[in-house]
Amino acid sequence: MNPGRTLSTASRVLRQLSHDPRTVALLFVVPPVLLTIMKYVYQGEPQVYNSIAPMLLGIFPMIMMFLITSIVTLRERTTGTLDRLLTMPITKLDFIFGYAIAFSFLGLCQALISAGVMLGFLNVTVLGGVIPTLIAVVFASFLGTSLGLFLSAFATSEFQAIQFMPAFIMPQLLVCGLFVAQDLMAKPLQWFADIMPLTYSVKAMKQVTINATWTHELTKDLLIVALFGIVALILGSLTIRRQE
Amino acid sequence: MNHSAIKISNLSVTLGGFYNALQDINVELAEGKAIGFIGPSGAGKTTLIRSIVGRIKLTSGSIEIFGLSAGDSKLRHQMSYMTQELSVYPDLTVKENLKYFATMMGHKNVNEIIKNVLQEVDMSDKANSLVKNLSGGQKQRVSLSVALIGSPKLMVLDEPTIGLDPVLRESLWKLFNKLKAQGTTLLVSSHSMDEAERCDDLILIRSGKLLAHGSPNELKRHNNTNTIEETFLKLVGDVKE
Repeated sequence: MNPGRTLSTASRVLRQLSHDPRTVALLFVVPPVLLTIMKYVYQGEPQVYNSIAPMLLGIFPMIMMFLITSIVTLRERTTGTLDRLLTMPITKLDFIFGYAIAFSFLGLCQALISAGVMLGFLNVTVLGGVIPTLIAVVFASFLGTSLGLFLSAFATSEFQAIQFMPAFIMPQLLVCGLFVAQDLMAKPLQWFADIMPLTYSVKAMKQVTINATWTHELTKDLLIVALFGIVALILGSLTIRRQE
Repeated sequence: MNHSAIKISNLSVTLGGFYNALQDINVELAEGKAIGFIGPSGAGKTTLIRSIVGRIKLTSGSIEIFGLSAGDSKLRHQMSYMTQELSVYPDLTVKENLKYFATMMGHKNVNEIIKNVLQEVDMSDKANSLVKNLSGGQKQRVSLSVALIGSPKLMVLDEPTIGLDPVLRESLWKLFNKLKAQGTTLLVSSHSMDEAERCDDLILIRSGKLLAHGSPNELKRHNNTNTIEETFLKLVGDVKE
């Protein structure tokens, strides 16, 4: 791996997006708008909203980064650019980590905006404070990016890549603890939730919401999220083969 | 004979476990020439090209490029590959594309390189345009300019002039001839036979097999034909009287 090439790849990916202001606007505007709508959906139950909103803050970047990453990397595979890169001295890890850095950075920007709106205007109380909230969100973005990078290898068209969202993210969303606490679900679903990465991302957000101090649980959950992310990145790099 | 740039011995490639894309190809190609890979669509030109640039695992046989076997990491600094697809980023400007690829090649004097390659393909005035807003021929030239980065010893160009107008094609061939004069070996695939006449050395491929190898004149003389197209048709045993 070569830090120069990794960072150049990250900045190239960001530059591509910067030429597409509509995508960037959607990326940054949609989550705070949804959070705002949710506030009024739960108008009669402000406590419920206060516990759900931070979880959503962790879920949005994961979903959006997953979608964007899988489409962008799929394009690299189908338009010949990856083909060309693989005849150059760049390593697969430069490529993969370049993407991971770019989208985690985007996730951070998105988190800053969404968290700002949530804490500043929507009066959601997060006992853990701003910094732990942002850290948890960046981990969630990293996870979404890694899963997108990995799973995009199994899509041969953009249609398929989009379908991976309901196929791989929705089941995780259902069991992650957003709708119903994990211990109230049927046993097999609890086991399923235990092995799904989104569960830990949501758990981390819960920890940040209810604890004023940095807990061991939080560290553990974030490490698990990071581990899932790194494993997905490594698997992702294995799906890129110089010689086919 | 000059030094050989590419030496292919007993090469066979089977794709997807059953499709014999290339069968027992033996050929030695000299350095500093424009070599045409000519054959109809589906003949195996792209498979051969991808084998040479090291993107395909050879089923049997070997390919040596400047004495190194295809896919050797040292070759990544000495050759460039332009795929049949655009293989540049449509949502970046011309300059941003070149900057990225030049950095990936490990070059330091990126700005100088960008200036030079853009001049070569006559695209300096479009440096700051997004690739997606360019015309087909301009896009093609951007893709070619990426292949020029670092003055590689071997340029592998898969259908570089496809869909281009005659004027542009002429100017690209001028560029190819200039590069050749500087010692670059050019490997150009095409399914158009009139393109073949411009090459120094040709290999004709059909159904994954090497039909003939030689200069356009040699091939015509041997087969008693007037054009490469006739030669090709004669070789495949499909001459219309």
